[in-house]
Amino acid sequence: MHFPKDLFINIKKPIDNAIEYMVRNWGPIFDAISDGLRTMLFYIRSAVEIIPWWLLIALVFFAAYKTSKTSKKLSSAILYSALLFFIGLIGLWDMMNATLTIIIASVIISLLLGFPLGLLVAQSKRANVIVRPVLDTMQTMPSFVYLIPAVMLLGLGNVPAVVATTIYAMPPIVRMTSHGIQQVDAEVVEASKSFGATRFQMLTKVLIPQALPTIMTGVNQTIMMAISMVVTSSMIGATGLGSEVLKGINRLESGRGFAAGTAIVIIAIIIDRLTQSLGMRKEKA
Amino acid sequence: MNDLNEQNDVILHVENLSMLFGSRKTQAREMMAQGASKDEILEKTEVTVAVDDISFSVEQGKIFSLIGLSGSGKSTVVRCLNMLLTPTSGKIFYRGEDISAYSADELREYRRNKVSMVFQSFGLISHRNVLENVAFGLELRGVKKEERIEKAMEMVNMVGLSGWENKEITDLSGGMRQRVGIARALANDPDILLMDEPFSALDPLVRREMQFEMLSIQEKLNKTIIFITHDINEAFKLGNKVAIMRDGRIIQTDTPEDMTNNPKDEYVREFIDSADKSQIYYVKSYMQMPDCLIHVREGVQRALRQMRNHGVSSAYIIGDGMRYVGVLPLEAAFQVRAGEITFQDAIMKDLETTTEDTQISDLMPMAANAKYPIAVLDDEKRLKGIISKAAVLTSLI
Repeated sequence: MHFPKDLFINIKKPIDNAIEYMVRNWGPIFDAISDGLRTMLFYIRSAVEIIPWWLLIALVFFAAYKTSKTSKKLSSAILYSALLFFIGLIGLWDMMNATLTIIIASVIISLLLGFPLGLLVAQSKRANVIVRPVLDTMQTMPSFVYLIPAVMLLGLGNVPAVVATTIYAMPPIVRMTSHGIQQVDAEVVEASKSFGATRFQMLTKVLIPQALPTIMTGVNQTIMMAISMVVTSSMIGATGLGSEVLKGINRLESGRGFAAGTAIVIIAIIIDRLTQSLGMRKEKA
Repeated sequence: MNDLNEQNDVILHVENLSMLFGSRKTQAREMMAQGASKDEILEKTEVTVAVDDISFSVEQGKIFSLIGLSGSGKSTVVRCLNMLLTPTSGKIFYRGEDISAYSADELREYRRNKVSMVFQSFGLISHRNVLENVAFGLELRGVKKEERIEKAMEMVNMVGLSGWENKEITDLSGGMRQRVGIARALANDPDILLMDEPFSALDPLVRREMQFEMLSIQEKLNKTIIFITHDINEAFKLGNKVAIMRDGRIIQTDTPEDMTNNPKDEYVREFIDSADKSQIYYVKSYMQMPDCLIHVREGVQRALRQMRNHGVSSAYIIGDGMRYVGVLPLEAAFQVRAGEITFQDAIMKDLETTTEDTQISDLMPMAANAKYPIAVLDDEKRLKGIISKAAVLTSLI
């Protein structure tokens, strides 16, 4: 039994029309967004590239040494800096910088938008009802789908890549922030209120510090999500390691693909470990 | 209400306070007016009547105990007194001002300066240490750092936590945590202290200690305290006045003496009767090790020296493996030294003893006649500890 043809409705056309309308009429808005992001990317890129390779390796060494557990301090510091050195050895250092630029920009935007949104969702039932399905959609909608309008509205290159990565990476920080805030012991909240805390005092002195370990987990997850978008976003022109993988696919060069893939994995491992121990340290304090 | 005019020192006055939880309150009110029961109202309108038309007054510097079983509405009442919950109807007067008419700013000032609360599970902020928790209320008020640290230290010392001020909350035992909770409440120097079952989460011995501590602090600072509890002994011990709540209503408000002598109805009588029954304490919890423990081989000279060192008038004599032999009184020890009697004869071997699992109440007659602390033995006559007459008597307070 086929579904009766008479009942078909066409939703493709209206969506196309809507996007087209936006491209035609809202051009200046998207141009402004585009310009802003491009400037941001430029500064981040400059900052990333100003750091000499040996300094970055040294920084990772010290960060790993500081944040690891006492028994494995030295070994993990050596391991992570050696892995980073390896990326340089296989000739992908500049590619890595390009990729880091996009990741850093996306994570900054995700946190700037996601953290306040998480606070709002935690404290307002109505905001929660609206935001939750949007977050679900953002996480489950295949990312290729919003690559198309991103390109139409913002053109090809790193700018739409940042937008697409932000859409994909923002949900965890929103969710974990609101989750952390809601999990704060009800009696602690009541006690703070009973001592005459204002809303702002309640947030800054009680709720956010109490939720910090959970929020840090959200930061960590947001970074990981951003890293996982590297290859996908290269399809709309993001430069860096992702485009190397893409070239490898197009030219059937396994070596090129694996080399770039390994570099992505190394970046992910280093950033994951460093941000994770950051959250754990806060939890103890 | 009638006596409001007679007493000028009423600090808190609650008038016809009601609290309903649910959305269809109007309908519930109509049913209440027609005399429907709480269950009927809940079934028909899904509205819970937590507090039903309550009035009482609290005098300055007195402890007012509010007692009831769980679900009787006592915690709801206390939360209305600082507007953590906004009452559905009724008025609450603090020194003649209606706090339910306060603006947000006025309410904040009231909470910051006039009334503080102590919580059942402490409500301490875990990322702050002891001192920072105690200083919390002062910090909210914008008191300067040096000043609030100084004040907080004073409070930490008062509740007996000197030396613990820089510890994390997680390092503290339950009793100590509640001391922090009390210190935090007192740091604001409030007129009124609201205590919502503050000692319920503590074990009996610590609870007793905290009750004593609270009374001595109250003696010193002369605060007005509203004390919520489900323990009638606690309510009677601490309260100048006691109100018994049931199903959201106050059944009787009286002094402990008057309530015991003239319980208003059967429920109150049963509540008071339950007081003694619930008090089952065992010797185990109250015994201690004797200061002066002497092995039978050590002889009278050492026994005398030990008694002098510890300032006690009797020594407990044991054999090998802690096996209990008897008690050596000071006078008898002197007689031995003078050569009047032998060491063995001086030891009193026929004193009554008890076991760890004996109920203290059963020990009363023995304790009343005992000249020395009673030895506590196990099945094999090993000495486990001693229990003093004073310990037996205080357990009954």
